Amino acid sequence: MTAERVSGVALALLALAVLEECRRLGLPRGTLASPGPAYMPTVLALALLATGVLLALGRGAGTLRDAGWREWRHTLAILATCAFVALALERLGYRLTMSVACVFLLAVVERKGLVPALLFSVGLAAGTYYLFDTLLRVQLPRGPLGL
Amino acid sequence: MLETVGNLALGFSVALSPPILFYAFVGCVVGTLVGVLPGVGPLAGISLLLPATFGLDATRAIVMLAGIYYGAMYGGSTTSILMRIPGEAASVMTCIDGYAMARKGRGGAALAIAAVGSYVAGTASVVGLMLLAPPLADFALRFGPPEYLALLLLGLFVLAYMSSGSMLRSLAMALLGLLLGMVGIDQMSGYFRFAYGRVELGDGLGVVPVAVGLFGVAEVLATAGQTTPPEVVKPRLRDLLPSRAEWRESAAPIGRGTGLGFLIGILPGSAHIISSFVSYAVEKRLSRHPERFGQGAVAGLAGPESANNAATSGAMVPMLALGVPSGPIPAVMLAAMMVHGVSPGPLLIQQQPELFWGFVASMYVGNVVLLILNLPLVGLFVNILRVPYPYLYPAVLVFSMLGVYAVNGSVVDVWIMLAMGILGWVLRKLDFETAPVVLGLVLAPMIELSLRQSLAMSDGDYGIFVSRPIAAVLLGAGLLLVLLNVVSFVRRGLDWRARLALTEKGGEAP
Repeated sequence: MTAERVSGVALALLALAVLEECRRLGLPRGTLASPGPAYMPTVLALALLATGVLLALGRGAGTLRDAGWREWRHTLAILATCAFVALALERLGYRLTMSVACVFLLAVVERKGLVPALLFSVGLAAGTYYLFDTLLRVQLPRGPLGL
Repeated sequence: MLETVGNLALGFSVALSPPILFYAFVGCVVGTLVGVLPGVGPLAGISLLLPATFGLDATRAIVMLAGIYYGAMYGGSTTSILMRIPGEAASVMTCIDGYAMARKGRGGAALAIAAVGSYVAGTASVVGLMLLAPPLADFALRFGPPEYLALLLLGLFVLAYMSSGSMLRSLAMALLGLLLGMVGIDQMSGYFRFAYGRVELGDGLGVVPVAVGLFGVAEVLATAGQTTPPEVVKPRLRDLLPSRAEWRESAAPIGRGTGLGFLIGILPGSAHIISSFVSYAVEKRLSRHPERFGQGAVAGLAGPESANNAATSGAMVPMLALGVPSGPIPAVMLAAMMVHGVSPGPLLIQQQPELFWGFVASMYVGNVVLLILNLPLVGLFVNILRVPYPYLYPAVLVFSMLGVYAVNGSVVDVWIMLAMGILGWVLRKLDFETAPVVLGLVLAPMIELSLRQSLAMSDGDYGIFVSRPIAAVLLGAGLLLVLLNVVSFVRRGLDWRARLALTEKGGEAP
């Protein structure tokens, strides 16, 4: 199956999901003269459905495998780190969360030495905290022990 | 004319006084720093720093806030060029060719072109502001919901028409962006749409988390795991300045971007964002080498960067001349003026000429300060490219997450950024452009509101779009573009855009 066909099918499925959600959420569609809250999403979803079908019917070159997904392990590790930050930011505080995340990326994912990884991570977390929180007064979360 | 010159002389006597000069300088420095930090754009910067001006008199406070505004607009280009993180949505187009230039070792040249383009656009549009403020503001006032809808649709048609890849793919991405823009409270009825009980989604998906995710995070996801990591760029001193050919290539796009940005900037809405998209599309269409766009085309950087800076001054026209803010940033500026006891509007020029003309003159001075400040800093900023990628990308992620979180202090925005990062990564793999997604997201609420307001005005009669001359002309131009596309498609089977896409892929054009 070509990458274009897969993209077209995915977009068409997304459009169908939007249409179904409009119905499930009970949003009034209104009329042509007086559109309701579901009017625009419905029109857009129908247009996306048509576009998705046209893409799926097209003769795109290259399969999904040709796109090259070799870096997926690395990508997964980075995504997991970002998810950890989102989960921990308001629980552990900015400085601790960012330090742990950077140490993981540098020492575990990139296999740099632990000492340079620690120095870089703690320096980056503390430096950005000082710049944003202290100088620019952007409130960043503090965790246990005020970190 | 003589009166204007006399007024301007009065303005310069105010703007060049040491205390005003000092506050213009401080505003530009702080604005540039704020703009460099991703996520903290001009809106957040002005809002955060407004209390700091409470102790100043009105002229100094306004001059400093204006310095922050255009300093932040310029600063946003630095992270876009060097790290592919758009400081705000207006910098999205700068990311594309600016970053490509940086990866080719032309980061210094890209920063210098952005600085000079911003300077020229900023200065020329202040001249426009000074000479054309009242008549242009009157014209902008004639734009009601039907005219906005026609303009916004024309913007989408222009983008689709000028897209270099497959038009169908660009259309699909714009539609995806428009659908993402449907999340949140419906402004006309108050219904929650696709928010699933999350109060944070009431205002919809933020432009910053979506843009940073689609560009910055997606870039890291795609690049960090490559078997051969990106080469560390070590720019030499002579590479910091653009070559003669690069100056030549940038001159016309800077001129066009300035005119386009100023005119679009006057109109309400997120004009500075739209202006950069339209400018990019125009440059691509006019270029003899459209295939270079996305690969480090100088015009693709110079045009949009000038346009968004010119739009910054353009946005001041209705605010100063009529007291009508044309977007969220001028609205905060207006509020700041009111806090300081100044009421912008037609009477401002008559009642407080030294403030009005001092403000106009300080914008000239501010642009010079920005140029003096930023050209020497090019050498400093460009050193970021010397950092090995395994150290650079964790820093890019930290700045992205921090900037996105800082906008609303909400972790939900970080999750949105992450989801958009994954989407951007997949779309890159499948050869889809992500810029139309951002444009769609910005335009969606405006298009919907304008459509429904227009129909409310006309009791549901769609004739309102053809009975009003400005709306009719804009829609007519849009339809003409669609017709041109259809005719070209039918005549040749495959038009130049499709052939170009095939050539880019190494295929043979029919």
